[in-house]
Amino acid sequence: MGKTFQKPEALADTITHYCPGCTHGVAHRLVAEVIDELGIRGRTVGVAPVGCAVLMYNYFTFDFQEAAHGRAPAVATGIKRVRPDLVVFTYQGDGDLASIGMGEIVHAANRGEKFTVIFINNAVYGMTGGQMAPTTMPDQRTTTSPFGRKIADTGMPIKMSELLAALQTPAYITRQTLLNPKYINKAKKAIKKAFTYQLENTCFSFVELVSTCPTNWGMTPLDAINWAKKKMLPYYSLGVFKTPEEDESATSSSSAKNG
Amino acid sequence: MGKVLMKGNEAIGEAAIRAGCLNYFAYPITPQSEVAEYLARRLPEAGGVFLQGESEVAVSYMIFGAAASGERVFTTSSSPGISLMSEGISYITAAQCPAVFVNIMRGGPGLGGILPSQADYMQSVKGGGHGDYKLLVMAPASVQEAVEMMMGAFSLAEKYRNPVMILGDGLIGQMMEPVEFPEHLKAKPSNKDEWATNGMETRNRNQRNLVKTLYLDPEELNSHNLMLKAKYERMEKEDVRHEAYNVEGDYHVLMVSYGTMSRVCRTAIDNLKDQGFEVGMIRPQTLFPFPKTAIYDAARKQSCQAVLCVEMSMGQMAEDVERSVCGQRPVHWYGKCGGEVPTPEEVMEEVKKLKG
Repeated sequence: MGKTFQKPEALADTITHYCPGCTHGVAHRLVAEVIDELGIRGRTVGVAPVGCAVLMYNYFTFDFQEAAHGRAPAVATGIKRVRPDLVVFTYQGDGDLASIGMGEIVHAANRGEKFTVIFINNAVYGMTGGQMAPTTMPDQRTTTSPFGRKIADTGMPIKMSELLAALQTPAYITRQTLLNPKYINKAKKAIKKAFTYQLENTCFSFVELVSTCPTNWGMTPLDAINWAKKKMLPYYSLGVFKTPEEDESATSSSSAKNG
Repeated sequence: MGKVLMKGNEAIGEAAIRAGCLNYFAYPITPQSEVAEYLARRLPEAGGVFLQGESEVAVSYMIFGAAASGERVFTTSSSPGISLMSEGISYITAAQCPAVFVNIMRGGPGLGGILPSQADYMQSVKGGGHGDYKLLVMAPASVQEAVEMMMGAFSLAEKYRNPVMILGDGLIGQMMEPVEFPEHLKAKPSNKDEWATNGMETRNRNQRNLVKTLYLDPEELNSHNLMLKAKYERMEKEDVRHEAYNVEGDYHVLMVSYGTMSRVCRTAIDNLKDQGFEVGMIRPQTLFPFPKTAIYDAARKQSCQAVLCVEMSMGQMAEDVERSVCGQRPVHWYGKCGGEVPTPEEVMEEVKKLKG
């Protein structure tokens, strides 16, 4: 019997800078496994965000370009339009994608750009030190909402998957999570599906991953997982919000389906 | 191919295609939207990429992505749009990606106006966005020169791995003049495999490339900036360009002017000659690198009593002229920047005031 578990070729032999209990490592590994399985490492270009994952290019073994805060979808558009044969993905956090980069992500999705987005939603700005994000939960304490996020002042958390699924352009939009092994397996399937849609030149593909940030939430990794299950999953429901196969009438409904 | 009559904006778009650049991303803004309108038809026909982005900010990053993947790419905009693109330009310069930006200037600040202006001089030649960087900036004075600068811009951008800006005023974009597209200016292909994120398979090697701008280590960032500085010093040695007019004989006043404004000055110089006033002119064709030595030498001519910088801004280039003249002669400024182009008569009046 050969090896049953090994490091994907797409992952570098580098110790990450991520905090203990952070789910970035899991998300990175899933992306790397999918790239290995699809055999696309030699023609993949990753686009790194600004945020905790800004240094992610140190952990992969294929071409990477670093974008500015929120602009990764525009950078990916530039690459993919002039080199449609390359496989391009962005990897963005919630401050990056849902706040400063809202314009870029909405328009890239609406143009049906043929790249893949991995969206890490951990309800907080990570690298800048735990400030409030558009995805921060009501009453959640952050360094810029020290008394808890007040809806009257700052509105409700933005559901990016639902928002993008409301666009009329065909796309693959799904929300998954990394909170236990069963979910992780499903998340990997979704990531693989997203890259496959890109390889088939079908549509824009977007995988949101509900994640944790123990450091900035001020919790142990285990408490963080439990908090995310209790607070985030009821609001950020898991499922596939849109597939390119759906007909027009089905896509107008934004209700989540199992999958 | 012979000469054809073309509007500046359309000629700029065509020049890029003739130079060998088939990728264009842009956002509409007056007075240069004709470039996008022209290329929306022309690029698909030429087998190229045309995309209208959702904002100038996004466009600047589409340029970044395309340039990083090793393809030739350009955009065109006008003053407020260039302000928005300046964020991306800073990143592109930091990441050392070649790209060409065209600014067909309109009046500012703020929304300003839509008529010709040269008020983005400082923004263009001193950096524009955050951080220590410069663009190689060329300023055409005719549609033909805009075509030639455009065609040459791609090779220069690739030579330095730095963005190049073509800085024209609204008149350069809007007026029609006969032009030709010299075949010899077609940019030669350049190999970008050493640095471009074009996919390992493209390069046939198992070593990945990384395009980045983050240097958290202070020594590393300082070295990076010193390396960029060395490139700008090399530009000053190898690619500074200017044109001298009426400087062979004696002159009492030296004018410094660029772009459309320099053509008005040229008429003023001819008219003044008829009236017995001799005026010389240095016209910078590159604004960065700036023709400091040419201006210094011309200002120091025995007969020259004063230097007059004429521009459609409130004296932005005048600061660089002053720095070039090094106190050897008094430097004066004349200009307007509401969108009106000063007339030859107005320029002549200013010269006469200096002549006393």
